[in-house]
Amino acid sequence: MASLAARRAKDTTIKVISTGFAIFAIFLLAWILWTLVARGAPALKLTVFTNVTMPPGHNGGLLNAIVGSLIQIALALVIGGPIGLLCGTFLAENGKGTKIGSAARFVNDILLSAPSILVGLFIYQFLVIPFGGFSGWAGGIALAILVIPVIVRTTEDMLNLVPVGLREAAFALGAPQWKVVMMVTWRAARAGIVTGILLAVARAAGETAPLLFTSLGNNSWSVDLSKPMASLPIAIYQYAGSPFDDWVALAWAGALLITVGVLLLNIASRLVLARMK
Amino acid sequence: MDATITTAKAGALPPIDKAKPTGAVSDPIFVGALWASGIFVLILLGLIIAQLFEGGLPALRHFGLDFLWTATWNPVTENYGALVMIYGTLFSAVIAVIFALPLSFGIAFFLTEIAPQALRRPIGVAVQLLAAVPSIIYGMWGFFVIVPLIAAYVQPPLIDWLSPIPVIGALFMGPPLGSGMLTAGLILAVMIIPFITAMFVETLESVPAMLKESAYGVGATTYEVYKNVSIPYGKTAMVGAIMLGLGRALGETMAVTFVIGNATRLSASLFAPGATIASTIANEFPEAALGSLKLTSLLQLGFILFVISFIVLALSRALVRSRLD
Repeated sequence: MASLAARRAKDTTIKVISTGFAIFAIFLLAWILWTLVARGAPALKLTVFTNVTMPPGHNGGLLNAIVGSLIQIALALVIGGPIGLLCGTFLAENGKGTKIGSAARFVNDILLSAPSILVGLFIYQFLVIPFGGFSGWAGGIALAILVIPVIVRTTEDMLNLVPVGLREAAFALGAPQWKVVMMVTWRAARAGIVTGILLAVARAAGETAPLLFTSLGNNSWSVDLSKPMASLPIAIYQYAGSPFDDWVALAWAGALLITVGVLLLNIASRLVLARMK
Repeated sequence: MDATITTAKAGALPPIDKAKPTGAVSDPIFVGALWASGIFVLILLGLIIAQLFEGGLPALRHFGLDFLWTATWNPVTENYGALVMIYGTLFSAVIAVIFALPLSFGIAFFLTEIAPQALRRPIGVAVQLLAAVPSIIYGMWGFFVIVPLIAAYVQPPLIDWLSPIPVIGALFMGPPLGSGMLTAGLILAVMIIPFITAMFVETLESVPAMLKESAYGVGATTYEVYKNVSIPYGKTAMVGAIMLGLGRALGETMAVTFVIGNATRLSASLFAPGATIASTIANEFPEAALGSLKLTSLLQLGFILFVISFIVLALSRALVRSRLD
């Protein structure tokens, strides 16, 4: 065995390296944020929010992309929220110990980490081709499929934290299961469920790949869900790769907006969780 | 006396045996909805697999299984094969895991053993926020910031020193473009570090204090306890965590599309531009006409990616759950 001094030296070295790695990770986050602020902030003019996307050199904005993103995220929540909430409740209450429950939990874990671009391809094949074109509906539904697993997982985890005694007390009073779930368990886990929804919104807001084949993007103002619809990530993708300086600047402005939004949602959800515990 | 009270009450309330239990109608509906949503998730996965398979079927009929190991992707001659993309997908994901692993081990060590209690949460959250940054942002950061840095400072010295060496040299051949397999792997590494680290920390925190204290009691250093007690204890779940990182890296699209160079040629070099399945789908889809052989080949690629991810993610889950359940 190595001498005590040598073992201590090794211990210290590894501790220093590990600390360095942690600092490096934070440095990377700071570097990304700095890049976004340095390049995005100068381009973040009022016209970004008031003008729609325009040809290069015409002082365009991102209004249609921002509104399109909001509409598709809202659609994803309206469709995916209830399904996710019910499925998460199913896994925590009725599905426990059943074969269908375990299978659904397994499948949900797969969907949670499955490549999001494949969800886009699936909706393209399943909805876009049969219904004859790219649409806001298709984009919203693709995002709904990404939102569901996040909500299912957090809902199940949060409901599992609710003491069984609470449920038993409600059942003992003669309450039917729907009342027990809606008025006791959901209420007790409310903050946690909200956290899941915030995280789901954060995920949907930044997704680009699934929208490429579903809502496609749209360079003019449109809130018609049956037509191709603009979105912030698609606009960023289109502009960042363009050779025009003003478009690239606009892409950075959009990137800054999206990242700040997504990170704030994440931090907010963590604060809600911290208060719960 | 007792009898009169009973009759008086019985007059005011309906007889107990005739009263319908509350929820006799509403409960089956509610419970039915719960089961339906559980079954819906199962059907959803089945639908995704079936649709991707069906979409790629014409390509499968046209090229047969040769599609899997054909290294051409030529839109002009309409000759498509998946080998370059499968290779690129696996290669870039493995590079990502190789770089992410030591960092994740180090950060998890820092968060569970070194950092003062007050700092653990904020630093842990900051690392987790790396996972929240959208993929396309990594793509832009990689393309505009990292690629030029690698082209200017990393590749030229590595090419000078290492490419003359036989065998290993093949990994470092080619012009210093900045983009390519290595850059894609590095960006992917940053993206999967938070996932791997979070699961490492969760596993390490579940190590019984008694085990660690016993090791400290016989004079082990913090690192020795980490290496010889904590890591062996959580080994299975930690391998699962690494598989999850791998699974995430395999399907990442936007970040890779920006930095991998998008060349559908096979090359052993870390510096050569390449393509992954996901980046090829994202790149070539706009040029694929409805009903074309190209479109169905892309859908077939999607199906292959789904199968690869499914296997890796299922394995990961089996390893992680076996430990935690």
